[in-house]
Amino acid sequence: MNDWLLVAAMALVTFTIRYVLLAFSGRIQLSPTLVRALGYVPPVVLTAIVVPAVVFPDGETLWLGWQNARLVGAIACVILALGYKNLLLTIAGGMAAFWGWQWLVS
Amino acid sequence: MRRFLLAKASDFEVRSPRQEALAGARDIIPLVVGAIPFGIIFGTLAQGSGLSFGATIGMSAFVFAGSSQFIALGLLAAGSTLPLIVLTTVVVNLRHMLYAASLLPYVQGASQRWKAVIGFFLTDEAFAIAIRRYLQPDPSPHKHWYYLGAGVAMYGNWILCTWLGLTVGQLIPNAAAWGLDFAMVATFIGMIVPYATTRPMVGAILIAGLVAVLANGLPHKLGLMVAAIAGVTTGYWLETRP
Repeated sequence: MNDWLLVAAMALVTFTIRYVLLAFSGRIQLSPTLVRALGYVPPVVLTAIVVPAVVFPDGETLWLGWQNARLVGAIACVILALGYKNLLLTIAGGMAAFWGWQWLVS
Repeated sequence: MRRFLLAKASDFEVRSPRQEALAGARDIIPLVVGAIPFGIIFGTLAQGSGLSFGATIGMSAFVFAGSSQFIALGLLAAGSTLPLIVLTTVVVNLRHMLYAASLLPYVQGASQRWKAVIGFFLTDEAFAIAIRRYLQPDPSPHKHWYYLGAGVAMYGNWILCTWLGLTVGQLIPNAAAWGLDFAMVATFIGMIVPYATTRPMVGAILIAGLVAVLANGLPHKLGLMVAAIAGVTTGYWLETRP
């Protein structure tokens, strides 16, 4: 297979998917229903990315045990985010909890 | 509406395009850090996949979509055909259309050039960072610059890490084990929690998380799409039910 042809085809479809709605945004009528529904997209998508990354550390096996440092780190992040409402603190504290726990259980 | 916006503008200090771009680049740093191991691993794995050095860099530079790039490597190694890899790319990247849909209200006045730029840099990370800026109530005309700053930072890092993986990847100890990717998890949690202030939003988030776990076995990131649709539907239903 020509690898540059593959790159070009993948680039074309990826850009098209990302761009097509934006390109026609002037002609798309956004109904109030749609706008309301789309308001849920950011937190919902981020959740759908994060939760599997936490409870399936290897991508396949569900791991809900206390030895799962990602799970402990994620719980720390939720507590910090609820308590302090400060993004940088959540990131720093969550990373510290994750690394600390990983070091403890290893 | 316009008068309202103009009147409002005086209440805020409008940042210059440059300041917006720098702020975007700064705010995306945790997500850039989280992407570092993936970029390095992608470059390292590409060496044995049959993809040439140039085409590997080219894939990061022109496709710029991590998940589909990894899956393409896997399919190449398995001897898949080009149409199948391209079709898989479409499925894996379908979620970006959801992001574009939620950006629609903010790009309607933008030039076609801006729309193309926003489309090109549309990743999970750039979307997550930029939507926060777009949602802020100040009427700055330069919010696209914030997006651009974030997008370019993510892009430059992705190409650099791909190159690192290709060149010195074998010398770098197992990048997957560093735990840097947890930076993405921490950042996203820090972004999700502030949304959880209403019952519909909490319901949407809980259902999205639950469905994402149940649908984890689905191939090609389809679980993400299913979970997103389930979450949005739940939120909308809770919000509008009598």
